[in-house]
Amino acid sequence: MLAWTIYLSFAGALIEALLPKGKAMHARCLALAVSVAGLAIAVSGFIYGMGRGRVVLIDVPWVPTMGIHYLLAADGISRVLVLLTGLAAVAGVLFSWNIEFRTNEFFAFFLALIGGVYGVFLSFDLFLLFVFYEIAIVPKYFLIAIWGSTRREYAAMKLALYSFVGSAMVLIGLLAAYAASGSHSTGLVALGHANLPVSSQMWLFPLVFVGFGILAGMWPFHTWAPTGHVAAPTAASMLLAGVVMKLGAYGCLRVAIGLFPHGLDPWGFSFIGVGSWRDVFAVLAVVGIVYGALVALAQTDFKFVIGYSSVSHMGFVLLGLVTLNQIGVTGAVLQMFSHGIIAGLLFAIVGRIVYDRTHTRQLAELETMHLSKRLPFAAWAFVVAGIASMGLPGFSGFVAEFQVLVGAWIAKPWWTLAAGVGIVVGVAYTWRATQKAFFSDKLPTPEEHPKTGWPSFAAITWPEATGVALLAGVSLFVGLYPRILLDAIEPAVAALLAGGGR
Amino acid sequence: MNYSDLFRITLPEAILEIAALLVLIVDLGLLRKAAVKVRLAVAVFLGACGCAAALIPVEMQGASWLTFGKGIDSTLLGTGGFIAVAQTGILVLTILTLLLLFDSGFTKHIGEFVAVVLMAAAGGLLVASAQDLLVIFIGLELLSLGLYILTAFAKNSGKSAEAAMKYYLFGGMSAAFLLFGFSYFYGLTGTTNLALIQYRITLTGPSPLFYVAWILVVAGLGFKIAVVPFHLWAPDTYEGAPAPAAAFIASVSKVASFALLITLAMNWWLQPGGDLAADGHSMEQILRAYYQAWPQLATVLLIAAAGSMLLGNLAALAQSSVRRLLAYSAIAHAGYILLGLAAHPTFTGVGNAVDFNLANLFATQRTIQSVLFYVLTYGLTTVGAFGVVSVVERATGSDKFDSFLGLHKRNPVLAAVLLVLFLSLAGIPPLVGFWAKFNLFAAVLSERAGAVPFALVCLAIAMSAVSLYYYLQVLKRAYVMPAVDESRIKVHPVVMLVLVGIAAAVVLLGVFPTVLGGWIARF
Repeated sequence: MLAWTIYLSFAGALIEALLPKGKAMHARCLALAVSVAGLAIAVSGFIYGMGRGRVVLIDVPWVPTMGIHYLLAADGISRVLVLLTGLAAVAGVLFSWNIEFRTNEFFAFFLALIGGVYGVFLSFDLFLLFVFYEIAIVPKYFLIAIWGSTRREYAAMKLALYSFVGSAMVLIGLLAAYAASGSHSTGLVALGHANLPVSSQMWLFPLVFVGFGILAGMWPFHTWAPTGHVAAPTAASMLLAGVVMKLGAYGCLRVAIGLFPHGLDPWGFSFIGVGSWRDVFAVLAVVGIVYGALVALAQTDFKFVIGYSSVSHMGFVLLGLVTLNQIGVTGAVLQMFSHGIIAGLLFAIVGRIVYDRTHTRQLAELETMHLSKRLPFAAWAFVVAGIASMGLPGFSGFVAEFQVLVGAWIAKPWWTLAAGVGIVVGVAYTWRATQKAFFSDKLPTPEEHPKTGWPSFAAITWPEATGVALLAGVSLFVGLYPRILLDAIEPAVAALLAGGGR
Repeated sequence: MNYSDLFRITLPEAILEIAALLVLIVDLGLLRKAAVKVRLAVAVFLGACGCAAALIPVEMQGASWLTFGKGIDSTLLGTGGFIAVAQTGILVLTILTLLLLFDSGFTKHIGEFVAVVLMAAAGGLLVASAQDLLVIFIGLELLSLGLYILTAFAKNSGKSAEAAMKYYLFGGMSAAFLLFGFSYFYGLTGTTNLALIQYRITLTGPSPLFYVAWILVVAGLGFKIAVVPFHLWAPDTYEGAPAPAAAFIASVSKVASFALLITLAMNWWLQPGGDLAADGHSMEQILRAYYQAWPQLATVLLIAAAGSMLLGNLAALAQSSVRRLLAYSAIAHAGYILLGLAAHPTFTGVGNAVDFNLANLFATQRTIQSVLFYVLTYGLTTVGAFGVVSVVERATGSDKFDSFLGLHKRNPVLAAVLLVLFLSLAGIPPLVGFWAKFNLFAAVLSERAGAVPFALVCLAIAMSAVSLYYYLQVLKRAYVMPAVDESRIKVHPVVMLVLVGIAAAVVLLGVFPTVLGGWIARF
């Protein structure tokens, strides 16, 4: 049943591409229908899967001579992330309701991207996972290059090349693991059972982890992310930060940690406190958290603040992953879901609600616009999104980040201290952005001040309101009742940590 | 020599020659006064029928040999096995190239063009099936001379003449190198039969003179497949030749040359070896000597492969003309395929060589099949790419990047075909180009463990990542950047059908790779 999310999305993309140009409403309605259907299937799949472990959806031999199967399966982690994708897809369509330029092509690329993402989360064959992972790269390029804003062609090419280089590294790892395990099968379960020698795992793990980590925004390979998020149109930013970066983190978990667990073992020697790949990536994650937060604090462009905050939050995910204990990894997966929702909400407000009306993202200009009075909906929504992003209890971010911090403390206490610094700086940049953009008292200079009164902005449309309600509501719901997701995530994480990929 | 064998085995070539003559007779004799369109349609139809008719004996013959005298040491031609796969590929690609002639408008001498194409294709068939040095040379020259003429066919274009001149001079020199190397082979072993040469060389051990001869031969053949450092003709030829000719060069001559390279590189112990063993040496000794000798010979191929991958991709980054971009990408792809050819299981000397050979037979077969899969699908994609480029060139007057601006508005189907073909060349799943690469690299790594093949596969994958940049540059012009001229681009219906068919095949073969893979494995 869950596999239909993939097929519906690709079918929708194909039909969108064939729709006659000029009928934007048809394109939008079709896209909304497909994404809502996908969400419905994701929810029903989630409910069906409650209490069950891994459910195999379809297992068909694809290339029998090489042991490649078209194998789709869903365990708790997959179901949660598929749910996230469904929500992000619906929200993305809602916030793209005002696109008039080449609308059907926009939604065609959008749905193709969504289909690829669903495919990655549901694949349990490494080759199939890789295929879907790469399918997702090309729509991203076109979405940013055609409908983007600041430096869009440069940002799109940078994103495409970084992603492709990352997936090239993963391909090398996949080929090496396949050859080393005797070339029998590319199934994740089978490769997990293959028990590759520790010496192989020692170099395969960092290769594949970095390969996926590039897409997850791991420092120092994160530079595509702020540029890409800023240049992308709103829905693409929401998807990029919300879902696509999670593809990288999911790959780190499922493939790198799942298949090459011994790559995280201590090397036997230690160099300035770093004695294993685990330490190395923990340091990189912590640096990402703090660096991303500090740089976000210095930005003058509203969207760049959110872009760097994504890098910082993804650092939490990666930190949680390398703690290798139950609570840390669970927190990481929950943070994937939580940040996906919150980042989507933040980009939606900044991009769709504010930028499309004020036509500026510069904080210095927004300061003079008194948006708290002229766009109260945006101000309120951003305050809610901001406190969710900061990690205030009551929203999903708190539960996730708290678990990651506890997991980090269990592993190595100084990781928690450093990450805590990141949280404090996170509060700082969020408040700074909120204050400057919405609640500033600064008046424009007399020449800038309109003489005939403030021009009114376009009213908030129903898709925007629905989208904000959806995303904020989900974050609040999960924050108050995290059990609903944790019940799915925890057994899957336990199984993964216990027996690599089983 | 058994003349009925000769007739049977050379039937495909004979059919092509007859078709060529028929085209000439009909075009020059019967249709002298007819309009160009009619002559084109008739000539292409006859040519396609000839190729289709030649396909039948290729498919129906099993593995067999044409011998001059008795015994293995006098085979001239072979059929069946991977040879049949290559020949089928040559014939199908020839048909597609001929179909691209519609509306191409570069010449009025249709009959001559089609006839030369068919004769060159016959040369290609000969090259693919050759087992003797002299037959190789004859086939190569028949193929090459045809290609030189085809390159020069656009009489109104100075570029075409220049390209043909460069191609001809370069090719003539390479043929001289090849012949020189072949003469050393003969001098060292006393025979022109490939199997016997390989047998005698492995027994005595390769002498320094043999290495010189080998390098000369690789130089001659490297020219045909356009690998570094014998690639200099490719950009100019791809740029100057009329589009159907360029498509033919890029696809058919590559398939034929790689089939020949497979024979040279990999066919050593796959031939019936009964007569060899009667010479007093056991299979064990032969194989041991072979496993000792081959790695050094393969090093030459590996160096060429690495150089091609690097230079082809890096030079393509700097191009502003789509045809030259395709040429450099062809150099890069030739590098990937050569990597597959040079991979061999390394025998450490411990244990029984015959057992080792048998144990690795499957892996070697798989490598040959993956090389063939790659070459065939690459040829198909290239023919499509040149088709699109030729249409855009006719409409806008140049093949620079900027002529593709706004293609998605001017002809959405053409732009979609371009998207599919270029992404396949870049290696994006689920298109066939990705599967071809993955299959090849998996076969290489499975067959030969070790640092060198692994490093080269890493280089190949890294260079594929680089290649995405320049393919996206063209696609960016087609889809992203605003159009300069928004007039509709018209495409001849037959050409459109062929292009859409190729694009559909690229998608379907990529999603269901076992269709083509299984067919290749059946041989």
